[in-house]
Amino acid sequence: MIEIGLSHYLTLAALLFTIGVFGIFLNRKNVIVILMSIELMLLAVNINFVAFSAYLNDLTGQVFTMFILTVAAAEAAIGLAILVTFFRNKGSIAVEDISAMRG
Amino acid sequence: MIDFNLVPLLPELFLAMAAMGLLIVGVAHGNSVTPVICWACAAALVVASFLLFGMSWEKQIVLNGMFVFDNFAGFMKLLIILGLITTLALSVKYLEQERISRFEYPVLIVLAGIGMMMMVSASNLLALYMGLELQSLSLYVLAAFNRNSLRSAEAGIKYFVLGALSSGMLLFGISLIYGFTGSIDFGVIRGALEGLEAIPFGVTFGLVFILAGLAFKISAVPFHMWTPDVYQGAPTCVTALFAIVPKVAAIGLLMRLLYEPFLPVHDQWMQIIYFVSLGSMVLGAFAAIAQANIKRLLAYSSIGNMGYALIGIVVGTPEGAGAVVLYILIYMVMTAGVFAIVLGMRRDGIAAEDISDLSGLSKTNPIQAYAMAIFMFSMSGIPPLAGFFGKLFIFQAAVSAEFYVLATLGIMTSVVAAYYYLKIIKVMFFDESIEAFDKDIPFARRVVLFVAVAFLLVFVIRPEAIVESAQNAAAVLFT
Repeated sequence: MIEIGLSHYLTLAALLFTIGVFGIFLNRKNVIVILMSIELMLLAVNINFVAFSAYLNDLTGQVFTMFILTVAAAEAAIGLAILVTFFRNKGSIAVEDISAMRG
Repeated sequence: MIDFNLVPLLPELFLAMAAMGLLIVGVAHGNSVTPVICWACAAALVVASFLLFGMSWEKQIVLNGMFVFDNFAGFMKLLIILGLITTLALSVKYLEQERISRFEYPVLIVLAGIGMMMMVSASNLLALYMGLELQSLSLYVLAAFNRNSLRSAEAGIKYFVLGALSSGMLLFGISLIYGFTGSIDFGVIRGALEGLEAIPFGVTFGLVFILAGLAFKISAVPFHMWTPDVYQGAPTCVTALFAIVPKVAAIGLLMRLLYEPFLPVHDQWMQIIYFVSLGSMVLGAFAAIAQANIKRLLAYSSIGNMGYALIGIVVGTPEGAGAVVLYILIYMVMTAGVFAIVLGMRRDGIAAEDISDLSGLSKTNPIQAYAMAIFMFSMSGIPPLAGFFGKLFIFQAAVSAEFYVLATLGIMTSVVAAYYYLKIIKVMFFDESIEAFDKDIPFARRVVLFVAVAFLLVFVIRPEAIVESAQNAAAVLFT
């Protein structure tokens, strides 16, 4: 039986975070997927915070997590609202259509 | 022990109340009262600056180490308030002309302002994050403020996605710093880092992530890619806001972060900022040459200017820090002036945004042309205008700390950058004149233009007063 320690949690968080970052850059289809990737990154950070909080026996990390969750909710709301205005103008939310300006 | 002294937060608290109150007024009366709310917000900002003046500027840390108020925070907050008032004054008429005069606009600007003031006063990574997010969330909405414009919506999406990514990176860095130092308080982090014999890998990693997140916010290379698109797509008054104010807050935050908690790992962050600064200067100089749109050009110009400001941070002496504060102040005045002209570029009620639209401005509107020429000369750093002194103090600090490469490259890139600033002057004075711009320039915009020109011209007569207060403000970071 393997003991699950701090390093396992940190590895998990780092992996999730990387998947989130790659989700933003490699995704060529849909902006909603980008919003999900952002959410994934923030949740990876939360795992980090909670793991450190338990390891250090200090509550600060968990308090920080609560703040991140709240801000993430606000961020998602604003992101979706901006996406709606984009959809009204363009009629599409494909990533490749976000290309009116280049250079 | 509960530390509940709210006195140093008075300006922020007052602005928060004012923003909420004015939001209610806006909801009750609709969009017809937008100009009134704009001016009421400007008045609230003026009151907040009086509150700032009325407070003791001695260093005090309140709310259990969350919030610090000192000379540096006070000075940066004054700059932020000044920038916000200027953007509000520039915006009122433009909002009406573009038919986006909605009452949320001034309220969002004030909310973003509260976030920025929190950023420069943060003494704890949690306070830093909350201030940064309050600012960013307001700015995302402002970028997409013109709901009927595809470009504005696109600018909003790009800014949102990259801004959220940068917040994520910043947070990941914060979590690592928390894990490896055991605290999110600036003072405790510094103590923990000083106690370490070898810097653990996690701390370096966390520092890199935090710096990457902040580099996004000041649009420094290699995290600059959002800047040109967002500057071009957002409504011009919002672009003015982006160019003037958030940079002040982010540079202030960066300085406090690097000089207070992360001073013990100076060797680590110095290398990063060194290359970020180099890259920003070079890209800002060369990428702007090919631009035809003046808002894109100003975006690259702002990237280059952040590169110069970062030189002063790399130097790591009180002298360099003072030069950064001074540079930011002068940059703010120049940018405000340039945008006062760009906002007036309209023909038959339609905004003109190309550099070629300025052709022959010296014949159709000589006053604007000469004002613009002064801004451009100042931006390219030609004495005796204020822009020259901004660069002079930065390079002086760099040379006296023996950063010869940065100083030399800084001077070389500012020569390259002078090319496109002077090109604008050439277009205005020597190109065939085309149809004149619309004449109705609102009073507030004239005032901004006049004050900016006067500041740039008069600065040379008594530079000591401003230079000294900038140096004093920055010096408290080193005590």
